[in-house]
Amino acid sequence: MIRISNGIVVDPATDRDGEFDVLIEDGKILDVVPRGLGADGDFERVIDASGCWIIPGLIDLHVHLREPGQEWKETVETGALAALKGGFTSICCMPNTEPAIDSEEVVRYILDKAAQANYSRVLPIGAVTKARVGKEMAPLSELREAGCVAFSDDGDPVYNAGIMRRALEWAKMLDAPISCHEEDKDISCGGCMNESALSTRLGLTGMPKVAEDVMVARDIELARDTGAKVHFCHVSTARSVELIRRAKNDGIPVTAEVTPHHLVLTEDAVRAYDTYAKMSPPLREEEERELLVEGVKDGTLDAIASDHAPHEDDVKKIEFAEAAMGILGLQTSLPLMVSFIEDQVLTRKRAISSLAEAPARAFGLPYGTLRKNAPADIVIVDPQKEWQFEREDVVSKSFNSPFYGRTMKGKVRDVFVQGVLRLENEEVVLGGQCK
Amino acid sequence: MNVDSVRFQHLLGIEGLSREDLIFLLENSQQFVEVSQRDLKKVPALRGKTIINLFLEPSTRTRASFEIAGKRLSADTINISGSGTSVSKGETLLDTARTLQAMNPDILVVRHRSSGAAHFLSQELTRTAVVNAGDGMHEHPTQALLDCLTLCQHFELAPSELKGKNITIVGDIRHSRVARSNIWAHQLLGNKVTLVGPATLVPHEFADEEAFGGGVRICHTLREGVEGADVVMVLRIQLERQSDNFIPTLEEYTRQYCVTPQVLEGAAPGCVVLHPGPANRGIEISSTLYEGTQSLVEKQVTNGVAVRMATLFLLGSRGRKENV
Repeated sequence: MIRISNGIVVDPATDRDGEFDVLIEDGKILDVVPRGLGADGDFERVIDASGCWIIPGLIDLHVHLREPGQEWKETVETGALAALKGGFTSICCMPNTEPAIDSEEVVRYILDKAAQANYSRVLPIGAVTKARVGKEMAPLSELREAGCVAFSDDGDPVYNAGIMRRALEWAKMLDAPISCHEEDKDISCGGCMNESALSTRLGLTGMPKVAEDVMVARDIELARDTGAKVHFCHVSTARSVELIRRAKNDGIPVTAEVTPHHLVLTEDAVRAYDTYAKMSPPLREEEERELLVEGVKDGTLDAIASDHAPHEDDVKKIEFAEAAMGILGLQTSLPLMVSFIEDQVLTRKRAISSLAEAPARAFGLPYGTLRKNAPADIVIVDPQKEWQFEREDVVSKSFNSPFYGRTMKGKVRDVFVQGVLRLENEEVVLGGQCK
Repeated sequence: MNVDSVRFQHLLGIEGLSREDLIFLLENSQQFVEVSQRDLKKVPALRGKTIINLFLEPSTRTRASFEIAGKRLSADTINISGSGTSVSKGETLLDTARTLQAMNPDILVVRHRSSGAAHFLSQELTRTAVVNAGDGMHEHPTQALLDCLTLCQHFELAPSELKGKNITIVGDIRHSRVARSNIWAHQLLGNKVTLVGPATLVPHEFADEEAFGGGVRICHTLREGVEGADVVMVLRIQLERQSDNFIPTLEEYTRQYCVTPQVLEGAAPGCVVLHPGPANRGIEISSTLYEGTQSLVEKQVTNGVAVRMATLFLLGSRGRKENV
């Protein structure tokens, strides 16, 4: 039995926020007790979490691990390591690999790699359509049985509404959501940043907000029609937030995520053609950003997901219009949200929920809480620690982050995955056998 | 003001220049007009300096203009052309530029299809001055300079006096670096800019404060847009705007926006016409107008050499203390 003592437990799922100790046994949460209660018992190990928060292991619903097919950008191993360092004990990896995650073999391959790496838990997301090309449904039951937690053609929407409707009917039977990258590329074609006064000034082709909104509107109606769960990826516009808010009020089974970068940055980050701030959907205006934050506050946007998208400098340090889309996120998401808590933008409960309980609920996962008997995924984070994020901190294979030089608040100190201490004092515990 | 008081290291755009810088550039350009009128058109100003013209997008007149300008200043001028993206070329733009910088040129003139390309190179190259000869849809600063110089000459005004004029720009504003550079220039000088074209090619964002300070007027009707104009600048319409569905057909565009002498009846007396070339006669501008007395297009080309000489001279002489 392991005891984590002297910390502040923040577990939104059980509505706990205060001085509690956490007891771990057999990979599960044995109990959460008032600080010091029964502390004289027999423990294999007592971990002192003084000055720290004890929170559920975080869940990222949206990462790109690039394996198989683009291992020079990231691998399952390096991605899972970045996750561990960032406090994410479970990461859901998108199927836009080569080949796509559209067969049991690819799912197994990724799960094997994750087991070998032995860092954070990797939960594959299967493709909605074969090879993600939008023509025929992928073998959804096979993927589900092999371990996929959701389906997505992320990077692209499922354009054909007929196929989308059928896929939703299947996904409903399999009790898995379809996670949707909402972008009508006939509207956003050729775009490389938000369409705005700034894009007009910079002479860059814009990606209009309505390209996202029309697809969100369509899939809300398909969710209503089928009763299947639709999850909206990386929501970036105020209008989409409003559409989702209304859909939820109407009782339609939709959930949504937003990225930390859309919550803290605006399109201003690309003013000097900085390709490290180029992503899809693009960063928007300040008004949009503020309404995204409101969406997180009132729960319209359930989860915060990083959309961790590693790309090598060869495809980033080039002309803006031609540079690859996407940025790293696993190591910066939690600190950015700790700053939000410190600055009282979000309550501690809501911020931690958006990274743990809410994503677990969206995908129906048994993680994201310190509830008794839940898998012991636990993060001890020092919320007071200030540090500057630099290139040297990155453990991913790629370095595309717009946050270098930024002062971060809050650092992940220790991480338990399924009751095993995998990160201790910010260092990886080798072999993972430490108790 | 002398050479060393020029505050810019590169000429990446008109945006970011001060009014003082702009006027200084125009005044200097005026002096170089005279050089090009001499029998012997060469001055030793940049002798021993090397200028590389890196044109990665098709261009005839701008490239020729920069080359002539460099040669008349006695610089060694090298032209490098290419097309396509860095990926298809097999070498990145940055590698190309670094390779060129390794040969110690003093100035790199760059034309590229991507907005921000000149900006990007200026950040990466530490020893070379970069002149933007057109980057995507972003800026084409020397074009705006030559347009302003042409207007100064025509109206017989010093650059600092070229203000209060009504400037109407007609055409594909959305995709035009010429329009953007001219908007910045005329805002600095104190002229009023009206943009005319269909909503698909003149997006409302151009009038936003965050775009160009908010002083720009947009008009979708040609006759209304040219009313009271002292200057009408006509832009080239590309054939591919039809296949990209920005306009239904070229005929539709012509029906609405072809600038003709009749259209200009409502313009200010003495209204003149500019076109950055090459023109599609009978599509965006009628031949009669293009060749008529109101047209300043040939003067624009002549002045192009002068403004480029001034630009190259100012950037090439920076930091040089003697004999300026």
